[in-house]
Amino acid sequence: MKAVSLRNLCKTYKNGVQALKGIDLDVEEGDFFALLGPNGAGKTTAIGILTSLVNKTSGSVEVFGHNLDSELAAAKACIGLVPQEVNFNMFETVSTILLNQAGFYGIPRAVAHERLEKYLNKLQLWEKRNSVARSLSGGMKRRLMIVRALLHEPKLLILDEPTAGVDIEVRRSMWDFIREVNAAGTTIILTTHYLEEAENLCRNVAIINQGKIIENEKMSTLLRKLNTEIFILNLREPVSSAPNLTGYRTQLTDSHTLEIEINKEQNLNEIFVALSAQGIGVVSMRNKSNRLEELFISMVERGSETNKKAS
Amino acid sequence: MNTRTAANLIGFQTIIRREYNRIIRIWGQTIVPPGITATLYFIIFGRLIGSKIGDMNGYTYLQYIAPGLIMMSVITNSYGNVVSSFFGAKFGKHIEELLVSPLPNHLIVTGYMIGGLLRGLLVGGLVTMIALVFTHLHVQHPWVVTSAVILTSMVFALAGMINAVFAKNFDQISFIPTFILTPLTYFGGVFYTISLLPNFAQTLSHLNPILYMVNAFRFGFLGISDVNVMLAFSIMIGGVVVLYATCLYLLTKGIGLRE
Ligand SMILES: Nc1ncnc2c1ncn2[C@@H]1O[C@H](COP(=O)(O)OP(=O)(O)O)[C@@H](O)[C@H]1O
Ligand SMILES: [Mg+2]
Repeated sequence: MKAVSLRNLCKTYKNGVQALKGIDLDVEEGDFFALLGPNGAGKTTAIGILTSLVNKTSGSVEVFGHNLDSELAAAKACIGLVPQEVNFNMFETVSTILLNQAGFYGIPRAVAHERLEKYLNKLQLWEKRNSVARSLSGGMKRRLMIVRALLHEPKLLILDEPTAGVDIEVRRSMWDFIREVNAAGTTIILTTHYLEEAENLCRNVAIINQGKIIENEKMSTLLRKLNTEIFILNLREPVSSAPNLTGYRTQLTDSHTLEIEINKEQNLNEIFVALSAQGIGVVSMRNKSNRLEELFISMVERGSETNKKAS
Repeated sequence: MNTRTAANLIGFQTIIRREYNRIIRIWGQTIVPPGITATLYFIIFGRLIGSKIGDMNGYTYLQYIAPGLIMMSVITNSYGNVVSSFFGAKFGKHIEELLVSPLPNHLIVTGYMIGGLLRGLLVGGLVTMIALVFTHLHVQHPWVVTSAVILTSMVFALAGMINAVFAKNFDQISFIPTFILTPLTYFGGVFYTISLLPNFAQTLSHLNPILYMVNAFRFGFLGISDVNVMLAFSIMIGGVVVLYATCLYLLTKGIGLRE
């Protein structure tokens, strides 16, 4: 069963910004899925459409088989959202916020009380249950939103940049908790602009940039791609099939052109030695541009810029 | 009752409970000011000036304006409750808690409307008690009193919601109460019978919906009215239907709420 299925999803905001330019995305039930992309890529917009906070311009959305256009309530009941920005009533107490939200989802009050106690304890917020939300620290506010999203025990938990403003210590325990939730069967979608975060947590990943999905694969595949370089070799003599180079992925694009994928720790010398041993001469060599790597370098640079601004 | 309906009922009760708690939590803003305003009106217009005015349609001036003043507080507070609660939820973004939930829009509209109704009736009851300190009120048609106050409260609760949906800042939630609601109320027969007005002003007054509400309500107490009471009820019921449909439309489209 697919937890989420997006087809040709487009969003153009009133000011003309095309935030999503036709997105296709599937998330399997039980997955821990990362939606990774730089600031402004369209992550929050996609999450917004999925959770009915943003109107789509076109395309279709299904949540556990419920189409948002025809079975909205059923779809909404499956989702718990931890939004990017704090959005509870600052003047209400922690337990009031939680009981209300559970109520909106139709959870009887007695059940809500039990769950509230369980989850507040798990996220070290039980002591704060009677505090006014305004008085919580940034990390506590974020954890409160996680508890709030779980009270109706959704099949899909969506976390939109949940570690923004949360210190390392808390972050770690938060991730342990989320892993536990996932292990118990809840599908998780996480948006982030930190590769590290996605890398440590997620099994599958989609990369979004400028409103388009540019990669969608297993986390391990993405990491391999990021960790390798492809060199394009021009051969002196034509060859009929790719030479056998143990330990390297090779591909013959035409009889004169050989592409070799090289891990960043591997040595180029070995390749030339192996090729000349097979009588293959190389005229020239160039680096195939790595779109993905360029994107990540720009993400890291931009990330450190925003960090500088924040500090 | 299927599970979705049962769940919706819990959600609906939750909205009402939250609205009620809000009214009580900030009682210094919601209940006290209208009580003080009403007391001042009764002292100044009722006692000090009213005693010089003489009878109006066979009743003392105090008795004549008491239903008007009750209605005025109901109108202001029903409107004020929904406009500030709903706009506050929009401004603080916690309206999103409702928007992501499976609760259908008609229950959200009805829930906020009942919030406004609760505040209107609480304040209306308080002003009635204050009125009883200054004069005695006898009710001739209890059902007219009850239905007029409930319908009027619903009309203005819904109107407050529409205002909140369109408002982009706090100025825009005080604009309509100040520049439209207050003048209409003052010219809506709260303080006088329109038969005292020159002809053209009488005709103009008939375009003011509040005139019908105040007079229907006063008819319930005193048995006198400047307008046809049946017409007044038609206007109130029509108002509720049209405004409710408008709120539902706005919420479904997400106007002012969803990008
Ligand atoms: N409410 C809005 N009105 C207009 N443009 C918006 C709005 N929200 C986001 N955008 C624009 O849409 C693009 C995608 O934004 P967003 O989805 O927030 O990206 P991300 O969450 O990946 O950082 C950005 O260019 C952003 O400026
Ligand atoms: Mg975002």
